[in-house]
Amino acid sequence: MSLTNQVTAADILRISGVDASRCMQCGKCSGACPNYDEMDIPPHRFAIMVRQGRITELMESQAIYRCLSCFACSQRCPRNVEPAKLIEAVRLTVIRQKGQNHMKADSIPEKLDEKLPQQAIVSAMRKYSK
Amino acid sequence: MKYSYYPGCTLKTKAKDLDRYGRLCAEKLGIILEEPDNWQCCGGVYPQGEDEIATKLSSVRALADAKEKGQDLVTLCSACHHVLKRVNHDMKQNETIRLRANNYLKLDSPYQGETNVIHYLEMLRDKVGFDNLKKAVVNPQTDRKIAPYYGCLLLRPGKVMAFDDPEDPRIMEDFIRAIGATPVKYSQRNECCGGYLTLENKKAAQKRAGAVVDSAEQAGADLMITACPLCLYNLDANVPEGSVPVQYFTEILAEALGVKEEV
Repeated sequence: MSLTNQVTAADILRISGVDASRCMQCGKCSGACPNYDEMDIPPHRFAIMVRQGRITELMESQAIYRCLSCFACSQRCPRNVEPAKLIEAVRLTVIRQKGQNHMKADSIPEKLDEKLPQQAIVSAMRKYSK
Repeated sequence: MKYSYYPGCTLKTKAKDLDRYGRLCAEKLGIILEEPDNWQCCGGVYPQGEDEIATKLSSVRALADAKEKGQDLVTLCSACHHVLKRVNHDMKQNETIRLRANNYLKLDSPYQGETNVIHYLEMLRDKVGFDNLKKAVVNPQTDRKIAPYYGCLLLRPGKVMAFDDPEDPRIMEDFIRAIGATPVKYSQRNECCGGYLTLENKKAAQKRAGAVVDSAEQAGADLMITACPLCLYNLDANVPEGSVPVQYFTEILAEALGVKEEV
């Protein structure tokens, strides 16, 4: 199922509460990102792309599923842009649409192992599905 | 000293050690932890969306319950602590979230962020005091070189969590000294363990956990300690076999206070 709803930069501002136009592209967020290698769009580019209104590209990125929500980017941002909130807002605009859950409950049993804490499942389902 | 105590789901299942050692140690230190009757899962992750209300309500219920009892709310799991603390901050600072959450809940009196949320480690530091903790230790862990693993959720965002210096924390090192052991400082102590990514991209999660454990080993640690069940999992199950072991901080505390054998 494809994405049906158009999403604008204004939607991202409303959901995230973050004004991406404050970003001055210093790159501290990407320097701090512990999962930088896995982010097809690193945090500083993510922020500028929100500012440019390139939301569809962001919605189709892997970055929205690879962010660890560790808040290193938000902590180190000198302008309070909080890239983690922008990434979460874009992910929400995807998974809130019909048929767009990134992780489905059916896929969980095969991922289980004896030690896996419930917290992992709850957290992943909260992040990846609605 | 009497507190409301929010254990969270995982402490009832896979992380029973974190909970039962925590309770035993509190008892030994003369602290009463009262678990509310009807707490609900915090959701594991803080919902960052400003328009996410329903996903914040379970936290508000626990916070409002503690307010009614006139107690501070103590947490033990890093994730629960993070979620409760940030939702509490929203209820204090964000007028829209406060209004919408209260419209849902229809409590006798609106909840406005009155409850003080403290992590167990903060309770040890600020309420018990590390000097007093030191005096209560019967088995000082003198030969141990312990690497404290802070991870993300206790520290960041620093302005909201107000737990310690988010870039150069010392509370766990001070805790380790109080139980007679030597803290080991290493570069990855406040970098992410991989978190929930273990279910989405195992390889990337393993890389992250490996970097953390490797950093602790290089610094000469013989044990790592954490307050988070998911960190414990990643630092244990997602690293090569034979790596430095990881334990809940409450377990080593129970050992130091001489109550571990009671379990």
